[in-house]
Amino acid sequence: MRGPHDLGGLDFGPIDPEEHALTYWEKQIDAIRAVIGSKKIVSTHENRRTIEQLGHDIYDTLNYYERWTAALQRQMVDKGILTQDEIDQKIVAVRKRLAETGELEMPQ
Amino acid sequence: MNHDHDHDHDHDHQSDDKVHAYYQILGQALKELLIEKGVVTAAEIRSAMERRDSITPVNGAKVVARAWVDPEYRTRLLADANAAVAEFGIEMPTTHLVAVENSPEVHNVVVCTLCSCYPRDLLGLPPAWYKSKAYRSRVVHAPRAVLQEFGTDVPDSVEVRVHDSTADMRYLVIPMRPSGTENWDEDALRALVTRDTMIGVATVDALSSSKFPIPIAD
Repeated sequence: MRGPHDLGGLDFGPIDPEEHALTYWEKQIDAIRAVIGSKKIVSTHENRRTIEQLGHDIYDTLNYYERWTAALQRQMVDKGILTQDEIDQKIVAVRKRLAETGELEMPQ
Repeated sequence: MNHDHDHDHDHDHQSDDKVHAYYQILGQALKELLIEKGVVTAAEIRSAMERRDSITPVNGAKVVARAWVDPEYRTRLLADANAAVAEFGIEMPTTHLVAVENSPEVHNVVVCTLCSCYPRDLLGLPPAWYKSKAYRSRVVHAPRAVLQEFGTDVPDSVEVRVHDSTADMRYLVIPMRPSGTENWDEDALRALVTRDTMIGVATVDALSSSKFPIPIAD
């Protein structure tokens, strides 16, 4: 079966050649991935495989660095580096802090 | 809003915004936890961001301009691209680099249908369209049509070769040196070589090879 990443030969229509500057957040995820890779915690191949196994629902909904973020979460939990509980708690804390400081534009 | 425009727009944008906000928060949460646990340091992340920002297509342009003026370098580049770019201090230890040369007979274009593999050490981070589903899906079976969308007409008499990158293998296109530049020095030539010409969706054409090239900050 064709995986969600296996796009060669399909037709997703015209190309939008517009340049999209990366946000700070996207650059930061890219950098975390680079550091995790250079420390040989998660190789490029592992990252590729995790992303390919996100499944259609997730892969098709998320944009590029969101997929990387979803993959990083799974890798850290799978390797026992972080627990899902810790991540859930930290998400609550970050959400609260960002809502207060307004650093993130929160959806209504 | 910054996103890749590569997902289907069959859901409403409000739920999109919630997804985008959630992943920003998740990314921040993961970063903070990894720092707290000593897995990474804030300095390492900052340094990696600075390194990424410092890599631009000027790196690739240096390689191409050298290959244009130095036939022996060109031969080395085509034979062993990793070793040839290392002459400029560009090390790609974990990936095999292949240089492919455009000619009057052959036009090369690069994609990564499965993901976004790209010669980042030579060109920086890939543009959004390179990672888009539209480019990845179509350039392998309709390359001439895709090239036309970039304003690049490849005559039917010219063979188009599409190179599909992998996590292990990256490609650099050596565009054709435009005519009329025979007396140009390497620095002037370097300024003609753009990112898109090294991906292969554009050519270094007569227009951009005017006598007044816009210099690229080095």
